[in-house]
Amino acid sequence: MKSVVVVVGNGMVSHKFCEKLVAKSSNHQIVVFGEEPRRAYDRVHLSEYFAGKTAEDLSMSQASWYADHGIELYLGDPVQEINRQQKTVHSLSGVTVRYDYLVLATGSGAFVPNIPGVEKQGVFVYRTIDDLDRIKAYAANAKSGVVMGGGLLGLEAAKALIDLGIGQTHVVEFAPRLMPRQVDAGGSAMLQAKLNQLGLQIHLNKSTSCIEGAEHITGLRFSDDSLLETDMLVISAGIRPRDELARLSGLDVGVRGGVIVNARMQTNDPAVFAIGECALSDGMIYGLVAPGYDMAEVVVAQLAGNDREFNGFDMSTKLKLIGVDVASFGDAFISEPDCRTIVFEDTHKGIYKRINFSNDGRHLLGGILIGDADAYNMLLQTVNNKLALPPDPEDMILGARGSAATEGAGVMSLPDDALICSCEAVSKGNICGAVNDGALTIDEVKKCTGAGTGCGGCMPMVKDLIAGTMKANGQYIKNVICEHFAYSRQELYDLVKINKLKNYDLILDHYGKGDGCEVCKPLVASILSSLWNDLVVKQDTIQDSNDRYLANIQKGGTYSVVPRIPGGEITPEKLIVIGLVAQKYGLYTKITGGQRIDMFGAHVSDLPNIWEALIDAGFESGHAYGKSLRTVKSCVGSTWCRFGLHDSVSFAIEIEERYKGLRSPHKLKGGVSGCIRECAEAQGKDFGIIATEKGWNLYVCGNGGSKPQHAQLIAADIDSKTCIQYLDRFLMFYIKTADPLTRTATWLNKLEGGISYLKNVVVNDSLGIAAQLEEEMQLLVDSFHCEWKEVVNNPQLRKRFTHFVNAPEEKDPNVKFESMREQVKASW
Amino acid sequence: MEVLTDLEWVLACYADDVPENGGACIKHGAEQIAIYNFARRGEWYATQNLCPHKQQMVLSRGMIGSAGESCEPKVACPFHKKTFSLLSGECLSGDDYTIKTYPVKVVDGRVYIGVI
Repeated sequence: MKSVVVVVGNGMVSHKFCEKLVAKSSNHQIVVFGEEPRRAYDRVHLSEYFAGKTAEDLSMSQASWYADHGIELYLGDPVQEINRQQKTVHSLSGVTVRYDYLVLATGSGAFVPNIPGVEKQGVFVYRTIDDLDRIKAYAANAKSGVVMGGGLLGLEAAKALIDLGIGQTHVVEFAPRLMPRQVDAGGSAMLQAKLNQLGLQIHLNKSTSCIEGAEHITGLRFSDDSLLETDMLVISAGIRPRDELARLSGLDVGVRGGVIVNARMQTNDPAVFAIGECALSDGMIYGLVAPGYDMAEVVVAQLAGNDREFNGFDMSTKLKLIGVDVASFGDAFISEPDCRTIVFEDTHKGIYKRINFSNDGRHLLGGILIGDADAYNMLLQTVNNKLALPPDPEDMILGARGSAATEGAGVMSLPDDALICSCEAVSKGNICGAVNDGALTIDEVKKCTGAGTGCGGCMPMVKDLIAGTMKANGQYIKNVICEHFAYSRQELYDLVKINKLKNYDLILDHYGKGDGCEVCKPLVASILSSLWNDLVVKQDTIQDSNDRYLANIQKGGTYSVVPRIPGGEITPEKLIVIGLVAQKYGLYTKITGGQRIDMFGAHVSDLPNIWEALIDAGFESGHAYGKSLRTVKSCVGSTWCRFGLHDSVSFAIEIEERYKGLRSPHKLKGGVSGCIRECAEAQGKDFGIIATEKGWNLYVCGNGGSKPQHAQLIAADIDSKTCIQYLDRFLMFYIKTADPLTRTATWLNKLEGGISYLKNVVVNDSLGIAAQLEEEMQLLVDSFHCEWKEVVNNPQLRKRFTHFVNAPEEKDPNVKFESMREQVKASW
Repeated sequence: MEVLTDLEWVLACYADDVPENGGACIKHGAEQIAIYNFARRGEWYATQNLCPHKQQMVLSRGMIGSAGESCEPKVACPFHKKTFSLLSGECLSGDDYTIKTYPVKVVDGRVYIGVI
């Protein structure tokens, strides 16, 4: 017979409790009641809801998780009554459940101070997704907003208001400093300066006496009689444990709230536990998630028949508040004469660091970091594990100036039981053990230890531990292409070049083994194209499918055709031809993001005929199918636009013509804008050129896609000739050194030295290879050929474009279309 | 191997219809069959043309190669790079699909497929 465990509340700690219990034992039937209408979600990252995440993104579990684990979940159905004699709970909707064990995980609510006027419209608390929805709806008509409370949650709420586009956001704090629990006066001042720069106005030492306004809030009146006008107010002045149910059922609660528990998280009724923010342990309410998880672990241990105690929790934290690093660890506030303190302050960069260490200079006791918290993990470990301090303790926050100590070595010197991930209670020993057992990537280590799956703050240390352990084991991580080639792309590129090899099979025989695969074949094909620019159709079976058929394969197995339209400029005559071709072959037409026209739904056997018609009208291949230059987008520029400084269209066409057909590790996109208004969105491209009064600004390594990244300026106010020279060098350097399928943005992010290094190579020729790069590029430019034309004019090649080789005149009968808005779409 | 005796060898196409180290598709009644000319190994293979992952008639346009120390011959679907053994038809990318394979023989430049 399974014992019944009823959990009251479905927040983060409740969810973690369920996860831990089902993982540890199958002897329990779990029933969960939640007050909110949705499954437990990540309240720590609540402000991301305004930055674009959905409620489902924030959810702690998949929709079917509870059902999959046999857990009964009642949502929007709070428990109303506990009958401890009969051991039953009754919910709002009338469900009655008998329990063997009851776990209160009711969490906390926002503390709303008793100020006249808090009931007015436009006054909110910041606690649940429903609160957020209400704030969002009201903020649409608000120009200014105030957050009451300058603590951690208050500043999060302020960020939310900024994200909602409230122009004037204020924070009002009763105490003389921000984040009074975590930060000292010096840290607060630095934090305040940084937040001011970000447009947040901070008012300290302010006690609110009433909220002004008739029905709606219009302002806050303070005890010094000053007035702050505002359209809305978000109260985030602290939390109050939700202990009303416990009170009602006669459980012991603290004077200032909270269900009193012992070290086993038991209330005064041994069958009832309390965990998370509703539990009062040793006189303390823990308002962070990590101690809540630890409490959950303690109760799970009891239920599984083990003994574990909750012995308090380190409240050290590291956060990013509105983009500013804030960390506080150990005993942050201890001061002289009980310790010695070193403070480092840099008002220029907005950095404040304080460390407190023992009078004998041997141990670190605690500290505060504002603006730069990179050292946090190591400092915290130094406190918790009582590691010996270096002879000059300031090295801990300023870095070892002159000596060669590295952080990686620091992590490896930790004892095995050092807690690395406090959310999931994973020690250094657990992580190194996982690496020794064969988990060599971050994902693998995450999967088998759980480290980093909570707040993620420990990931840098986990990474260092993986690298450190592998190094200690003599393992060497090499970036090889695939099982057939034990070389990196760059190494193979050099080998092929030096030995002037031009054929895949030959390269495989010389430098590889086996018979190749879908990874190394297109990679070698790309290298061969970048080196010799031979026709891809000569070795068509090593090309990716799109390169083999010179068109893009689409749903249903048909292809799309994109002729080149350099710079997006096209004559009416050519437009008509595209229309006629599309009409003749029944193609769906759409304008692409790169200022071209894409024709979809072409049967493989129609491709050569379509190309022939397009070539006859003066078109050529647009290489939309290749890992190669796609388009150079342009705005209309000075020929028509009254703002245009130079002729951006002509320059875009010149550049597109120069690099068309250029094969590279990944696709390449460019843009040219005629002025700073940037209508061509050039800074979102692999290379972008923007007209200035004096010439052109050249930007490189931008990207749209899933991880948008702005291109970075590599040269300013250069003439057209220099611009092309730099582009030659930049593109060729990228082609030679990038890993396969790596866009320029990712390549730059991985490039040691970043943009300044790249600038040195391209502009200052620091490697002395500029002339060679230009020469190699010129060879590729001079050997351009239109691949479509080669096929159209070659009957042998044309023959390959059939669906059935034994019935060339027949098309694939599986291809089906249906109509949509007067065109066709693939039927699936 | 007892079923082999019931095989009917049908002429599928000519050897030079199938590119070296690549594939081509033939029509056999209502069936679409992909034939691979693994010239690097001097071997021929045939499978169904349909990739079971997204139900696309495209395997003949995929890249062929080998997997592992035993050099298991394989084809990769051009859509999402699911790979299948050309010997057993088993999916090598960890999914639970198996594709149909056919015996192939080449006589005097003619490619025959064994169908039941």
